[in-house]
Amino acid sequence: MTDTHTGPFIAAIDQGTTSSRCIIFDRDGRIVAVDQKEHEQIFPKPGWVEHDAAEIWKNVQDVVAGAMVKAGASREDILSIGITNQRETTMLWDKRTGKPVHNAIVWQDTRTDVLCKKLGGEIGQDRWRRETGLPLAAYFAGPKIAWLLDNVSGLRERAEAGELLFGTMDSWVIWNLTGGVNGGVHVTDVTNASRTLLMNLDDLKWNEEIAAEMGVPMQVLPEIRSSSEVYGTVTGGPLGGLLAGVPVASALGDQQAALFGQTCFATGEAKSTYGTGTFMLMNTGEKLIHSESGLLTTVGYRIGDQDPVYALEGSIAVTGSLVQWMRDQMGLIKTAAEIETLAMSVEDNGGAYFVPAFSGLFAPYWRSDARGVIAGLTRYVTKAHIARAVLEATAWQTREITDAMTKDSGVELSALKVDGGMTSNNLLMQFLADVLDAPVVRPMVAETTCLGAAYAAGLAVGFWENVEDLRANWRRAAEWTPDMDPEVRDREYKHWLKAVQRTMGWQDE
Amino acid sequence: MAKNIQSLERAAAMLRLLAGGERRLGLSDIASSLGLAKATAHGILRTLQHEGFVEQDPGSGRYQLGAELLRLGTTYLDVHELRARALVWTDDLARSSGEAVYLGVLHQHGVLIVHHVFRPDDSRQVLEVGAMQPLHSTALGKVLAATDPVAHAELVDAKREPFTARTVTELDEIERTLDLTRAQGYAVDNEETLEGVAAVAAPIYDRRRLAVGAVGITGAVERVCRDGELRPELIAAVRDTARSVSRDLGAKPF
Repeated sequence: MTDTHTGPFIAAIDQGTTSSRCIIFDRDGRIVAVDQKEHEQIFPKPGWVEHDAAEIWKNVQDVVAGAMVKAGASREDILSIGITNQRETTMLWDKRTGKPVHNAIVWQDTRTDVLCKKLGGEIGQDRWRRETGLPLAAYFAGPKIAWLLDNVSGLRERAEAGELLFGTMDSWVIWNLTGGVNGGVHVTDVTNASRTLLMNLDDLKWNEEIAAEMGVPMQVLPEIRSSSEVYGTVTGGPLGGLLAGVPVASALGDQQAALFGQTCFATGEAKSTYGTGTFMLMNTGEKLIHSESGLLTTVGYRIGDQDPVYALEGSIAVTGSLVQWMRDQMGLIKTAAEIETLAMSVEDNGGAYFVPAFSGLFAPYWRSDARGVIAGLTRYVTKAHIARAVLEATAWQTREITDAMTKDSGVELSALKVDGGMTSNNLLMQFLADVLDAPVVRPMVAETTCLGAAYAAGLAVGFWENVEDLRANWRRAAEWTPDMDPEVRDREYKHWLKAVQRTMGWQDE
Repeated sequence: MAKNIQSLERAAAMLRLLAGGERRLGLSDIASSLGLAKATAHGILRTLQHEGFVEQDPGSGRYQLGAELLRLGTTYLDVHELRARALVWTDDLARSSGEAVYLGVLHQHGVLIVHHVFRPDDSRQVLEVGAMQPLHSTALGKVLAATDPVAHAELVDAKREPFTARTVTELDEIERTLDLTRAQGYAVDNEETLEGVAAVAAPIYDRRRLAVGAVGITGAVERVCRDGELRPELIAAVRDTARSVSRDLGAKPF
């Protein structure tokens, strides 16, 4: 029995889309204490989403203090602090007052659609894909900076005069933690910088040409650092009293942090996070792979001055949200978990396939003219068959991404590490293993995002020696092994792909 | 059916009356609609009110259907909901105890395993979700039989197979164990199902204090027992987990 937590600990801050959290971990990677606070979602116009960065910073301080109290920990117990954050959310602040000059523009915000089309010009959305690994899409941070400078009066002049600093949420939190207006360090890590459309993937430096084309002055950009090193120490402010001198020692975008927390340190190891949508990342090692199949190329992580580790990323827009849709819009189930009960009341999908292309198809198709379909309907099909098709849709979409990853990387997936809310669905996890024809493994700590940030922060201060120490902490909570006749798998996949074809070209553009 | 119970018929008529058209009715309206003396109607209403099927508006004194009646149709707890709520707590139990965790519910004549967390070592283990366990010899089964009358009836009717020399099959002795289980709030299986394997389990309650399942750990006797008894710290960890899941399901401590 090892149920008593004794320090030292590592604190991880997860500055997420809907809330900020702080989790304190012990050496075994076990959770000692959690505190969490939601922040306001601001919707000024359809398609626009903003956050108040000042509110977020206040919440971050509250949850760090809250977690410290719950853990009964003092400054001496906390060896370092790590940060993971919602990616791409963009803000500018005044370096003398420390005040944000506008609400942060959240990653989901689509206001830069038109700007991105314009920047693509005749080449289109792949204009800077070679350099940055990304398509010109509204998610990414660079065009959001340009939008702020061009649409909020006075900002461009102030930016060019060197008065403003840009940051994704990692930069904002680190700058404030390390002293803010009194010498706060203005840095970002390679994973967050790799989501700006402004960083070269090969040399991990800002691309001045792209910045100039986009209209982003170089002086607003933070210094790009590794994901795991001491950026500075906690200085001043309310947290200064509590944690003064504690090293701030990691930053990772949330999906990269989950990859790290799942200990996917070897080439070919992959994790998939099943939430509202799904994000899958595969470690491709020191090799930078340009996807031919519509995947993104991104930095997985970089530990100190070691070589960077790259990753391929595939995202699925609609997974958990399809179950919510069945509950809220269709009223076929009362709780999300009931989808499994309904689906299990039948043996198979009864010939029905559900492609939830609600807002187009993401990887590997990238078709914005696609819309959702339920294909293969006959008089025989019941709501239970549809429930089954709903779960199968998540698995087949994962299969399409893993196929694309295998094609791009030449590496066969040996096992898929999963996390997120949908991993409690046993039927889905089994079906996932069946259609991938690979084991699906769930780790014992569900909080892989925070854990990844803690791991990186602990490595930087020598709390853990190396990634092998971290691997030793990884515990298998469950494993689903494939158990499907290959003929059935092939037949079902063919049907799925046929159903996907039916979604395309629905929306006139 | 030769003869029905009159007061139940009257109570049913009252509920129908309150469910139709006008939702709030005074005592005299109810009595006259059903052709009852006021005192008779009041007695029935008071009983229904006590059971939560009827509520009285404190201002007007009028009667309406009670919240309990609305809940009747939705008491069934989905086992997948149970698993989703238990996930975090059972992961933590596996980690702190170092043993495999099982969550079981009554299904037909035995315990259906609805959730299984591997023992946190690197050994090969097979997911046992969907497997059935016997009621009379396992810790999960004893907890269910001690807390759920339907499970108890199944246990009494079941063929009680002796799996090991320690398996108890005599009904009298089993009943004594179930009494003990109720009194102490957990059940133990000390090599009664499998040689060399022991387990401890505790009940999970929903917001109505009905037992909806059991959670427990299972492991080699060399690890989970000391001097032939389940280690007390493991019992405490299992009971803590059961309480946490119950609390998440809305169960109050008392």
